[in-house]
Amino acid sequence: MYDIIGIWVGAFFTLAIYSFLYKENPIYRLAEHLVVGISAGYGMAITYQITVKPRLIDPLLSGDHWILLIPGILGLLYITRFIPRISWLSRYPIGFYMGTAMGVGFPLTMKANVLRQLEGAMVPLYQSGMAWYEVTGNIVMILGTLAALIYFFFSKPHKGLFFGTGSKIGIWVIMVGFGATFGFTVMGRISLLIGRIQYLLGDWLHLIE
Amino acid sequence: MIISLLVVVLALLQPAIEITDVQDRPNDAGDGLHIYLAMPESTDDLFSLLIYRKEVSQPDSCWKPVLIELIPDIGEFIVDGYDPDYIIEPEVEYMFMPATVTASGDTLMGEVFVSPVVSRGEYFNTSEISVFVAGMLFILLIFYYFGKAQRGQQMYLRPIAGIEAIDEAIGRATEMGKSILYVPGLGTIADVATIASLTILGRVARKIAEYQTSLIVPNCDPIVYTVVTETVKQGYLEAGRPDAYDPDSVFFLTTSQFAFVAGVNGIMMREKPATNFYLGMFWAESLLLAETGSLSGAIQIAGTDAVTQLPFFITTCDYTLIGEELYAASAYLGREPKQIGALKGQDACKAIVMVLLTLWVILSVVSTITGNDSILFLREILLSGGAG
Repeated sequence: MYDIIGIWVGAFFTLAIYSFLYKENPIYRLAEHLVVGISAGYGMAITYQITVKPRLIDPLLSGDHWILLIPGILGLLYITRFIPRISWLSRYPIGFYMGTAMGVGFPLTMKANVLRQLEGAMVPLYQSGMAWYEVTGNIVMILGTLAALIYFFFSKPHKGLFFGTGSKIGIWVIMVGFGATFGFTVMGRISLLIGRIQYLLGDWLHLIE
Repeated sequence: MIISLLVVVLALLQPAIEITDVQDRPNDAGDGLHIYLAMPESTDDLFSLLIYRKEVSQPDSCWKPVLIELIPDIGEFIVDGYDPDYIIEPEVEYMFMPATVTASGDTLMGEVFVSPVVSRGEYFNTSEISVFVAGMLFILLIFYYFGKAQRGQQMYLRPIAGIEAIDEAIGRATEMGKSILYVPGLGTIADVATIASLTILGRVARKIAEYQTSLIVPNCDPIVYTVVTETVKQGYLEAGRPDAYDPDSVFFLTTSQFAFVAGVNGIMMREKPATNFYLGMFWAESLLLAETGSLSGAIQIAGTDAVTQLPFFITTCDYTLIGEELYAASAYLGREPKQIGALKGQDACKAIVMVLLTLWVILSVVSTITGNDSILFLREILLSGGAG
């Protein structure tokens, strides 16, 4: 019985959200407000169950890990936003979090976005036994990387043979890459749509197996 | 009966995986151990390996399964300590017991192995030297250009269409008497794109306060929301109009990705903002947002460093800041020495990368002609320095 109610509710809200394709309407608005409200409440409950309780409250209640009082107090300082006289205290956890995130993120970004990429681009142009298409691929990759870097160079105008032509090739390389990504992602989205149609025609209306 | 007995006997005869050695994982905080294994000659009938661990001083009831590895994925050693639920404490003596799970579901217990070493932390991670050197170089370059900019030296920055359009888009909304929607992405405050977006939001808020246009900023992340509130407030303060700041203009919607999209789409169709900004970190919601914004007739400026989402913004928005352009936007808008210095420093780093790549091409060609691979040392330096 509950399964059937669940399927009908799911089908109703799927159609309610799809009704936006026609225009913004009260049914869509109902679905929108429900999904926003429920997800916010659900998110809060999940955060408590997955993070606050097992990572803070339980260890503190067990009598160990008193060090957790520091993040606990920092977290509580956020709530001072509701008391205008001491709301400035909420800047401390924000500052601490931002500083930590930047400090941890900097070497990781340097490694993943610069050094690893550079290492990946440094492939031998030719080695014995390499097929012609592999050699062509390597040349295109290295020159394409160089051209894309020229496009993102802000200190020189995009004029002349090196910066002008280089940046033009660079934007072409970037757009070809984006085209491939676009096609790939759209394929994924279509599979999501197919999933929803299967739900409506199969689980709900039983028109397909 | 006989067959089942035979199966049990065969299972018992099957050699189990044994632990041969345990070593401290190098270059860590003392929270990892390498467990070396002796594998049987044939692993065809084996499915997975379970590792039980306990402290030497604990009773036998404290054995806990801390690791599970599928047989084909096991290399020379396995790493213990990466699971936050079963951490390795530094300087603690541990003992291990392997359990091999066969394809038929039997479990073969191996012998208990007492670790000859304890895990110890190191102050300096030698495998990350290249990251350290590159990071220091980057910081030095930024300070160098920052100093130059502070001394008043004029530095050229080429124009970027998307950034120049920001003022134009704010002006358009003012003329039309409509609001401006600013979505700072769905990322956390730790995302570089979110930080860049907030810097731009500060500028945009100041301009909006000067023009007395209304602003709508929905938020997905609670921490970003608090920073956004401060940023917008500061923007109004800098414009000399703190009284014009509306606390309801910045609000938290939900942390759920698609619920957030549903909410923002509804706002777009009801409020019909004249200008939509999508600047920050975006995932699958990018097309849903930008397509709805396009339908509502707003001028749209987007910017993100999420490579998979950029194509969607490019196809649906009037202007798109691609990756690095988003980081550069704050320097363009503010023209402050600190930000220009940072941008110039980034450019200098890109120049170094370009030089290294060009050098690599030359070395690669020379290596092909001479047949001498040893001159391809450049990549080895990066690899041995921890980039690999």
